[in-house]
Amino acid sequence: MIADLLFYMFASVLCIGALGVVLSRNPMYSVLFLVLSFFNAAGLFILIGAEFLGLLLMMVYVGAIAVMFLFVLMTVDMTTEDDDGKKSPFFITLVLITGGVLLGEIILAIMGGVASNTRLAEFVPVASETQNIVALGQVLFTNYIYPFISVSMVLLVGMVGAIVLTHRKREGVMKQDISEQISRTRDESIEIVTPALGKGIS
Amino acid sequence: MENVALHHYLILSAILFVIGLVGIFLNRKSIIIILMCIELILLSVNINFVAFSSFLNDLSGQIFTFFILTVAAAEVSIGLAILTIFYRNRHSGDVEDSNLMKG
Repeated sequence: MIADLLFYMFASVLCIGALGVVLSRNPMYSVLFLVLSFFNAAGLFILIGAEFLGLLLMMVYVGAIAVMFLFVLMTVDMTTEDDDGKKSPFFITLVLITGGVLLGEIILAIMGGVASNTRLAEFVPVASETQNIVALGQVLFTNYIYPFISVSMVLLVGMVGAIVLTHRKREGVMKQDISEQISRTRDESIEIVTPALGKGIS
Repeated sequence: MENVALHHYLILSAILFVIGLVGIFLNRKSIIIILMCIELILLSVNINFVAFSSFLNDLSGQIFTFFILTVAAAEVSIGLAILTIFYRNRHSGDVEDSNLMKG
């Protein structure tokens, strides 16, 4: 009973947060609504028994992705001169009809075909006596080790790509060039002069 | 109030998916809101996976959620990097300003 109540609470706040992301004028509010919906989704995950994924959702989505959105929004001035009158009511009704039809179709499909038991991936039964994170680790590092490694390559590509894309050469920045430093020879760095008496070196 | 079953979660994820999709249509101008809507869509897929995983007693769904999480993180980092250099070159975050190829 209390679990049902929690489900409806999390689900309704999740939908409200998602609507806020879509409808709010200011992108900053959109990010904050996104954080709200991520927290509620994490609550749903924990409610359904995937504690590790719920906490991971909080860490990765809220701690990394939403904060990255916030940083980019703060450094980039995204206040577009978006006037409301530009969207015609015809367009909005068209979008709403499209969304409603799609939602109706999905719900019809769900109510019609939930019970089919076709499995595409291999079946990994949940060991009920172990903790969720232990069970997940046992599966992840044995059955799914190759996808795990390739997903780490995806993260590496993401990191390198972000750095390469945003890197730029800037003028007037003093930078240490180690190879240039250690390839100096005695000839080009030391000059032996014999100054004339009382003149000094100019 | 009936007990929460699998189709409750599936309908919730369908609602979230449609909200994300409609959001992409409604905010066609701003890249950053489009990225956030893509995050919402990925979240709905995650809810679907976790719900099936829990109700079918199969751990594979949670593994796939894990993978989707990493892909979403990489995708957002690349997307925001592209947004940053786009803003640096064009001084706007507007999709319609990306018209170098005259599309």
